[in-house]
Amino acid sequence: MKKISIDPITRLEGHGRIDIFLNDEGDVANAYFVIPELRGFEQFCVGRPAEEMPRLTNRICGVCPEAHHMAATKALDDLFKVEPSSAVKKVRELFYMAFYVTDHTTHFYALGGPDFVVGPDAPPAERNILGVIHKVGVDIGKQVIDTRRRNHDIIKKLGGRGVHPVAGIPGGWSQAVTPDLQKEIEEAARQNVEFALFSLELFAKIVLENKEYVDMVLSDAYTHRTYYMGLVDANNQVNFYDGVVRVVDPEGKEFVRYDPRDYPQHVAERVEPWTYLKFPYLKQVGWKGFVDGKESGVYCATPLSRLNVSDGMPTPKAQEAYEKMYETLGSKKVNGRYAPVHFRLATHWARLVELLFAAERMLELAQDPEITDPNVRPVVKPPAVAPFRDIPGEGLEGVGCVEAPRGTLTHHYWADEQAILKKVNLIVGTTNNYAPMAMSIKKAAQSLIKKGQVISNGLLNRIEMAFRNYDPCFSCATHSLPGQMPLEVNIYNARGEVVEKLSQFVE
Amino acid sequence: MSDNGKPRFGMYWASSCGGCEISVLNIHDKLLVVDEVFDVVFWPCAADFKYEDVRGYPDGYIDLCLFNGAIRNTENEEMARLLRRKSKVLVAFGSCAYEGCIPALSNLTSKADTLQAVYLNSPSTENPSGILPQPRTSVPEGELEIPEFYHTVKSLGQVVPVDYTIPGCPPEPHQIWAVLETVVAALKGQADLPPAGSIIGAGQTAVCEECPLTKNEKTVRRFYRPWEVKPEPGLCLLEQGLVCMGPATRGGCGALCPQVGMGCRGCYGPLDGVEDQGARMLTALASVVEAGRPGMDEHTLEKEIEAVMDTIADPAGTFYRFSMAHSILKRARVNGNGGKPGLQSGSGE
Repeated sequence: MKKISIDPITRLEGHGRIDIFLNDEGDVANAYFVIPELRGFEQFCVGRPAEEMPRLTNRICGVCPEAHHMAATKALDDLFKVEPSSAVKKVRELFYMAFYVTDHTTHFYALGGPDFVVGPDAPPAERNILGVIHKVGVDIGKQVIDTRRRNHDIIKKLGGRGVHPVAGIPGGWSQAVTPDLQKEIEEAARQNVEFALFSLELFAKIVLENKEYVDMVLSDAYTHRTYYMGLVDANNQVNFYDGVVRVVDPEGKEFVRYDPRDYPQHVAERVEPWTYLKFPYLKQVGWKGFVDGKESGVYCATPLSRLNVSDGMPTPKAQEAYEKMYETLGSKKVNGRYAPVHFRLATHWARLVELLFAAERMLELAQDPEITDPNVRPVVKPPAVAPFRDIPGEGLEGVGCVEAPRGTLTHHYWADEQAILKKVNLIVGTTNNYAPMAMSIKKAAQSLIKKGQVISNGLLNRIEMAFRNYDPCFSCATHSLPGQMPLEVNIYNARGEVVEKLSQFVE
Repeated sequence: MSDNGKPRFGMYWASSCGGCEISVLNIHDKLLVVDEVFDVVFWPCAADFKYEDVRGYPDGYIDLCLFNGAIRNTENEEMARLLRRKSKVLVAFGSCAYEGCIPALSNLTSKADTLQAVYLNSPSTENPSGILPQPRTSVPEGELEIPEFYHTVKSLGQVVPVDYTIPGCPPEPHQIWAVLETVVAALKGQADLPPAGSIIGAGQTAVCEECPLTKNEKTVRRFYRPWEVKPEPGLCLLEQGLVCMGPATRGGCGALCPQVGMGCRGCYGPLDGVEDQGARMLTALASVVEAGRPGMDEHTLEKEIEAVMDTIADPAGTFYRFSMAHSILKRARVNGNGGKPGLQSGSGE
């Protein structure tokens, strides 16, 4: 048995590694996607005052601290049993949309996009943001940098800091939006809408007009038929900030629609001894291993998943882009809604549809007269409860759920009557997709390694592409600026000796 | 220096969130200057160099290495030792590498309790056979390895000698840029490097000194949780009874948090010459506490001060929010009741 290790691929809560085992025939026997790090927020947050969670849990991820900040803040609303005013909800959502615009922009242009814009077979040294700029022109490169800067600036002004915001409090937000800031945000949002429309055009021109790329998107190597999960509003349309969780089966039929508080009845997590990360799956379907299909509880929570579970987008231009995507990919309407798209590489397209939605929604919110309401910081107190004894109905309990760019994010806290935390559970965005990513990696490896023949050229990038579309938190770690994932494959023989070494890019 | 005369640059993360890297990216277009001035020889976030490459470098090959993240497992420690050997100047970059940061609150609990909370007691985990991650696992096809999770979170300086420290969670982009400019000038012989061992990219005085909120020398009879009161805008939060670590924390951030009505939590670490940030904070708090009357005996006065201090929720987790790895609290007692931190120091590693 040969063993191939790809190490490090870095980041989730740390680094990542792929171990591929070949059987005696030289075919892929199995592939393991290993996350070698744990930090233990669930335990060390115990004993902390509940209201500190938005400022503690943003340290789970410095790439998407806004998502943890928001899930934590909403969990506090629930824990304190306080319904935020509509102005508070709007200010929070405005902040969250600015975050979505910058996050999705970064992924498309710096992380996932290079594979398409520059090409999957381009030399690795060009397959990065600088390569993208060379291909599309410096003016556009400047627009990308400006979009990041403009939205980061708003995040800092609304949330207090550029990384690790601080403004979320139970039932409120620590500061109001001034009329001057409102004008600035409105202008930024307008530019964001233009930028998103332009990005979709760019995608159409570079990817959709290129048969080779379209074939790759539609190929079996990058297809998985799984369940999908995402938050939807009362009209079953996509919502990032709030809503109910909807799950559809591989045919697109609604499997379940539940209040985020009920997640323990619907999501379970599996522990494997060879990795520190758990594998979530649908409890009612059950864990059947790393397989797709209707019998397997594996589900996916990504931009494509969110579109797949929804009946459409709440803003007009995004709705148009949504319809175009499903029509182009040959999805038929069943009972009034499009059947799910299973081509994993279409996630990049879905991300751009979401970018447009976030920009349009940001503009709506910025123009809402309520957005400058000066009263966004209420004084609250926790409801009177029986002391916490880890028995349901006693002590304080709260669940907060948002769509992180990388999937449905759930924070669940229990506290004593003084609002000091006693127990914490977290199901993090990227984690939802751990099993699908592992499956995608195995499938890509199987299609690229046959009868002991390792297709060295492009192997590493094709494997990367298999999971980069999920935008796992470590993708920014592994494929950014001059951007190449530090991949190396070592092939071991049965005696553990290295018989072949492949590198992504060694000078 | 490289053959092209450029200094060699490395950046690495150990146990961290990635926020330090994002803060570096947030110097925006100046990043292109970094690319121009330095020869990047290791930076998993931005360039495709591998552990193997670093192992192959001669000792002292990297001129400047920014190391972020704490030491949480065997792999983190291995990389810390490797990069120390390969780097001329090793910088503890950001709060995790400097003093453990928020993940070092883990030192108030135990490894066993952490594993139990995550893999056994979580309400969504289905683990009937009680499986825990293992350093080595036999699978049908062979063996898989993962690093060993440590009982205690350590700072970089607790594992290897560190030349400089850049504090902050994360360091603010303008401070990062200021440091890079100094280093470039020094390497060109146009400036001196700061004295070895110093803290760079930060202020020399407390956050309060750069905070625009007005202080009126007011005292408080109790402290409030942030949801109990709505602070008066423009006024010092601490004087309104909201815990703010400003007096015990090094400035340089620009007092960002207090300006949006949220107390400082101390991410830039202790002031110069102060070893224990929490102890310093206690002293600072005593000065805003209103207690005692003329002629009161010392014992009653002490009791009164204590009563005011008791209104602070979670003093250990607040005063040592970022500096637990360096705290004189050292380690919570490993008795399975993690989450009940007090201010007493305990036994255990």
